[in-house]
Amino acid sequence: MQRQRFIGMSTGTFETVAERGRLRFFAEVIGDTDPIRTDLEAARAAGYDDLPVPPTFLMGLDAERPDGFAYLAEMGVDLRHVLHGTQAFDYHRVAVANEPLTYRSRIDDVFEKSGGALQFIVRTVEVRDAADAPVADLRSTIIERRPRSAA
Amino acid sequence: MTVAWQDVTEGTELPELALPPVTRATLALFAGASGDHNPIHIDRDVAESAGLDDVFAHGMLSMAYLGRLLTGWAPQDRLRSYEVRFGAITPVHGRPVCTGTVTRIDEIGGEQIADLDLRVTLEDGTVTLTGTARVALS
Repeated sequence: MQRQRFIGMSTGTFETVAERGRLRFFAEVIGDTDPIRTDLEAARAAGYDDLPVPPTFLMGLDAERPDGFAYLAEMGVDLRHVLHGTQAFDYHRVAVANEPLTYRSRIDDVFEKSGGALQFIVRTVEVRDAADAPVADLRSTIIERRPRSAA
Repeated sequence: MTVAWQDVTEGTELPELALPPVTRATLALFAGASGDHNPIHIDRDVAESAGLDDVFAHGMLSMAYLGRLLTGWAPQDRLRSYEVRFGAITPVHGRPVCTGTVTRIDEIGGEQIADLDLRVTLEDGTVTLTGTARVALS
C-alpha cells in the first residue's frame, strides 16, 4: 500500500499552553459545572496549581498546531471522508492551565480494510512538560472512507 | 463529592449522565472550544458535498461528555487511562446518555485500580461510543 511510506513520519513538534479562558469556555460548552473547571481558588483547594486541563482537552490543543491537518493533505486524505475511529489517553499527571506543554507526534501505522475502501491511520502524540517529564500519551486512529469509485 | 472508595466493587455502576439534545449551536461552540475545526461538523454545505444529509457531532464531544462522567465520579488525578472506540455518529438533536461499570479491581504498581467499561447510547438504543478507563482507588 502506497501510504506505508508515511509510517514513522513526524507530524510536528510544537509548544503550547491551555489558556484559562479556553478551559472555562470548554467547560461551559460541555456543561461541566464543577467549580474546579472555572474557579482558580476551587482548583487550588483541590490540589491543582491552576485550572486542571480536562481529560480530553489535550487532544484539542493538538489540533491547533500549525497546519494541523497538513499531514492529511500530504497523505492525500480528503478531510470530508475522515472519521475518528479510536482515541486513547494514558495519563502521567494532570496538566494545568498556563503551563508550557510540548507536543511531539508521528504517524505510527497505516493499514486498510475492506479491499482498500477503509483506510486507517494511527497517530501517536507525546505531551511533555517544561521539565521534559511526560504528561500524557495520546493515540488516535482515523478512518478515511473512500467513495466506491475511488476505492 | 465523589464516590466512597471502600464501596466500589466489581459491578459498581457509575451514576448515569444524561445530556441535553446536541444542537447545531453546541457543535459550533464545541468546534471553537475544542479546537477541532473540521467543517464537516459545522457546515451543512460541506456535509452535503461529502454525500451526507447533514452535519454530525464531533466524536470528541461524546468523549468529553464521558470524561465528565469519569471526573464526576473520581477526582481527575486518579484517572490513569481512558480510551474509546467511536462506533456510530451522533446526529444533530441526538441525546447522548453516558454510562459506566466497574468490571474489575486489581492491584497494579501498588495502587488499587478499577477497570471501567464505558458507553454512550442514544435514545433509539444506538451505541455511539464504547470505551474503557482505569481509575486508581487508593
